[in-house]
Amino acid sequence: MSVKEEILEILNGVNDPEVPVLSIIDLGIVRDVKINNDAAEIMITPTYSGCPAMEVIKKNIQRSLAEHGYKNLKLTTVLSPAWTTDWMTEKGKEKLKAFGIAPPMPKQHICKPELFHEGEAIQCPLCNSYNTKMISRFGSTPCKALYQCNDCLEPFDYFKCH
Amino acid sequence: MSKIVSLYQPTDFIVHLADDALILGHRNSEWTGHGPILEQDIALSNISLDLIGQARNFYQYAAKLYSVSGKPVVTEDILAYHRDAWDFKNCLLVEQSNGDWAKTILRQFLVSQYQFLLYESLLQSKDATISAISEKALKEVSYHLRWSSEWVIRLGDGTEESHKRMLNAVSELWMFAPELFTKTNYEKEAEANGIGTDISSFKPKWLQKVNDIFREATLSSVVLDSEEWHTLSGKEGRHTEHLGYLLAEMQFMQRAYPGCEW
Repeated sequence: MSVKEEILEILNGVNDPEVPVLSIIDLGIVRDVKINNDAAEIMITPTYSGCPAMEVIKKNIQRSLAEHGYKNLKLTTVLSPAWTTDWMTEKGKEKLKAFGIAPPMPKQHICKPELFHEGEAIQCPLCNSYNTKMISRFGSTPCKALYQCNDCLEPFDYFKCH
Repeated sequence: MSKIVSLYQPTDFIVHLADDALILGHRNSEWTGHGPILEQDIALSNISLDLIGQARNFYQYAAKLYSVSGKPVVTEDILAYHRDAWDFKNCLLVEQSNGDWAKTILRQFLVSQYQFLLYESLLQSKDATISAISEKALKEVSYHLRWSSEWVIRLGDGTEESHKRMLNAVSELWMFAPELFTKTNYEKEAEANGIGTDISSFKPKWLQKVNDIFREATLSSVVLDSEEWHTLSGKEGRHTEHLGYLLAEMQFMQRAYPGCEW
C-alpha cells in the first residue's frame, strides 16, 4: 500500500460530526492527498461556505493521522470546483438511507431556481414510499431539507442535492 | 522598455463583498429563536450561516493580501470585529433593521437577486480566489433567492394584512436599491483590472427579475432611477444610524475581551 493509499484509508475512518454515519471520504470532501518526502498535504473542500463542522473535521483529520504517525501535515481548503452531492459515494448514499436520511437524488432538479418546485419525488428512507412532501427547504444542518412521508407519516431529513 | 508590474490589490473590493455578506448574515441571525415558526427560523438561520461563511472566505483572503512580506498584519476576526462603522463598506440595504417578517424577506430577496447576478459575473474574475469563492457562494445564493422569492409572492399575494406589510416593506427599503448599482472607486478599479465586474450592467436584469416576482406577488411594478440617488453611501463608509447599533452588539465580546475564544 502506498503512503497515499494508507492516508486515504485512515481518512476513511474520520466521520462527519453532524452526520456521523458518513466518513469524509463518503461525503466526497477529500479532494486529493499529495505526498512530498515525509510531508503530506490534504486538500479538502467545504460542503457549504459556513459549514460549522469544517473546523472539527480539520482537527479530527490531524488527530487521526497523528495517531498513525503522520505529523508533518498541511491541510489546504480548496473552493473550486465547488463541492456537489454528486461526489458522495454510492456506499455513502446507502449508509445515509440506512441511517434514516434520504440520500441526494442523482438528478438535481430541486437545485434549479424555478419557484415552488416540488415535483421531485423523494423516497421515504423508512417505508420506501415516494408519496412524500417537503416541509421546509432548510433542515437541521445546512446540507439537509425537511420532508414528511404521506404514507407512514414519519418526518425525515433529505440530504439535499447541491 | 521594462514591463510594468501592477501592484494593484483589490482589498477594498474584497472587504466590501465580505461586509455585505457579514452584515446581512448578522441581521438575519437576529431572528434565530424568534422566527414566526420553527421551520422558517431554521431557514433564516441557515441562510445566515451561508452568508457568514461567505464573509469569512472573503475576509481570510483580504487578510492574506494585507500581509506585509508574508507576515500577517490583520486576521479575519480583526476585520470583522475591530473596525468601526466608517470602515465598513457594506451597502445601506443590508444594515437596515429587521422590522417585521415582510421587511426581512424583502431585504433578503433584493440582496439575493443582486448577489446572484454579481457572483455569476465574478466567476469570470481574473482573480482565481474571488472566482472560486463566488462559485461556492453562487450555489448557496441560488437557494436563498428561491426561498425569498417564494416568500415575497406568498406575502404579497396572501392576506390583506400580509399584502399591506409587503407594501410597507417596499416603501421602507426601495430607496436603498439604487446604491447597489452605483459604482465606488474601488469597484471601478476592480472592474478595470478584470478582477471585479461592471455592477451597473446587470441593473436592467435585476429590475426585470424583481418586477417578475412583484407581478406574481400582486405588487405594483417598480422603477429604479439612479439620478434620484442623493443619499449616503454605505459602500464608502457613510452609513445610516442602524449600523452602529448592530456593530455594538456583534463586536461586543471581541472588543471587551480581544482574541477571546470558546
